[in-house]
Amino acid sequence: MNARDLLRTAVEAVRTHKLRSALTVLGITIGITAVILTVGLGQGAKADVQAQIDELGTNVLVVSPGSSTDSSGVRGGFGSASTLTSTDAQALSSTTVAPDVQAVAGVATSSVSLQVDDTNWTTTLTGTTPSWAEVRSRGVSDGRFLTDEDVDDAAMVVVLGPDTATELFGSTDVVGQTLTLDGSTLKVVGVLDALTSSEDTTNNDVALVPSTTYAERLVGGTDRDSVSAIYLKATTESTVSAAYQEANATLANLHGITSTDDADYAIATQQSILEASTSVDRTMTVMLGGIAVISLLVGGIGVMNIMLVSVSERIREIGLRKAIGARPRHIRRQFLVEAAVLGCIGGLLGVAIAAVGSMVLPRVADARVILSVGTSLLAIAVAVGIGVVFGVYPASRAARLAPIDALRNE
Amino acid sequence: MIGPVIDLVDVGKTYQTGSLTVDALRDVTLSIDRGEFVAITGPSGSGKSTLMHILGCLDVPTSGRYRLADEDVADLDDDQLAEVRNRHLGFVFQQFNLLAYLPAWRNVELPLVYAGVEPRTRRARALDALDQVGLGDRADHRPGELSGGQQQRVAVARALVTEPALILADEPTGNLDSTSTADVLDLFDQLHARGRTVVLITHERDVAARADRTIEVLDGRVAGDRGSQS
Repeated sequence: MNARDLLRTAVEAVRTHKLRSALTVLGITIGITAVILTVGLGQGAKADVQAQIDELGTNVLVVSPGSSTDSSGVRGGFGSASTLTSTDAQALSSTTVAPDVQAVAGVATSSVSLQVDDTNWTTTLTGTTPSWAEVRSRGVSDGRFLTDEDVDDAAMVVVLGPDTATELFGSTDVVGQTLTLDGSTLKVVGVLDALTSSEDTTNNDVALVPSTTYAERLVGGTDRDSVSAIYLKATTESTVSAAYQEANATLANLHGITSTDDADYAIATQQSILEASTSVDRTMTVMLGGIAVISLLVGGIGVMNIMLVSVSERIREIGLRKAIGARPRHIRRQFLVEAAVLGCIGGLLGVAIAAVGSMVLPRVADARVILSVGTSLLAIAVAVGIGVVFGVYPASRAARLAPIDALRNE
Repeated sequence: MIGPVIDLVDVGKTYQTGSLTVDALRDVTLSIDRGEFVAITGPSGSGKSTLMHILGCLDVPTSGRYRLADEDVADLDDDQLAEVRNRHLGFVFQQFNLLAYLPAWRNVELPLVYAGVEPRTRRARALDALDQVGLGDRADHRPGELSGGQQQRVAVARALVTEPALILADEPTGNLDSTSTADVLDLFDQLHARGRTVVLITHERDVAARADRTIEVLDGRVAGDRGSQS
């Protein structure tokens, strides 16, 4: 009995019992889909973080407001207090205090609704200084960026991200146009260049105004001086840790912090962000992967169960095949190949469903899924392997049947 | 290839069920020559089924010697027995035992699959065997589309296809009406006329009467042997 005969026999058996085969395959399919999507999500998240870091540059540090302790002794989480001010940003830009810091940009952000005629668009309004462009390594594709004069005059000007411009005006050719924000009129002076390296479009959907305009004319609030983050750019990649030390010392001094435990700010380097996010990703991947493996195991047990049913249902067929000359190994192979075929179909369907899922998931869950051919092939191989492993026991039971017992069975 | 097809000497078969020992066959000595048409009869429980299983190499004797087509088969293992069945024996069962999901010719070619014959040769030989049983035009029908008599003729074709030394039919007419019974028995007559060795196991006297020689089994022994040519 050659390989072609074996395969044909297996496919015929699977086809003969369509419903039963479909249910068996379903278990494997779910498991394989889960595994591929889990791996894809993990890789997608990793790629997203990497892309963000690549965009920002590896020598960028981010200072965020820290926790504060209120009068009752309750300590809030990081970011719960507006402990950073534009004064901090100014101090850090001093080359004598922080010689390894090349540029500093404090940013204050809030979500606002911009309006042009009848068109509304909600985006992130960022109040910042001209150094933002240098720190974030961004330029303008049209017009100009914010200038020191804009900041000094608290000018009513805005620089738009390319996506924001398109949403509001229908094109990026918008320099000189005006838009309104809560009744205030802003003049567009420039459009940022588009970032294409990342799927993450938030960097292309922004509205930048001078920090003074943001604080005094647009958003206001009680804490006009506070910023939501300060971006620092170290002179080179190798001076990132020196810049970190300098920034830390400067801020501790300014805020009167004596113990690092009391720090009301946090400084993150790109490296630390990457490490934190990959360790979170790893935990998630291990957890989801564990669930996926369990579902594969359940699928495998399903295959075993169905194959055992198949063996006892086809006991006469086994007896007949043995009577006309099938050796035990022929019977074992027949059932093993049948289990492998079930596994293979399950694997192929799983890959197909995962492919569809990878297109749907980003829309519903805002998560990128990266499918690789390697993972898919591996998953199919695993599915076939599961079929074979869980088919071994039923197949050897079939092979061990004595022909007369099998034929006698009514 | 000069000796008898079947040569049993003092063959015994003992079954052990718990503490109970059952002698299903005792000291059976039997010889069947090439080209004979033999019926083995006996009431149920007489041991004729056990004898059929041993003759068909589906079971091995506990004592004695069995030579099938000049080959000693009493002490063979499972693999060797499978090969002997494949090469020397063709089975016809009461229940037909056709695979419902395969067309007639695929059922017929099955023994050739296990013999390792080329697919093209297999199909040609299967169609030829179906011609011999008069079902050449039903090759692509599935068993469910055939009458009982036709199904049994497909089973006979399957037994024929390997050109075996012996065709062993176990109650081949037990599930058939009288017309189909006559058809199938005529077929065995034709096979015999063409020189095939046929052994028929049956409890029906009129079926046994179609054979040239009748061996009667009773209480695990050969109780009668009529029409023996030797």
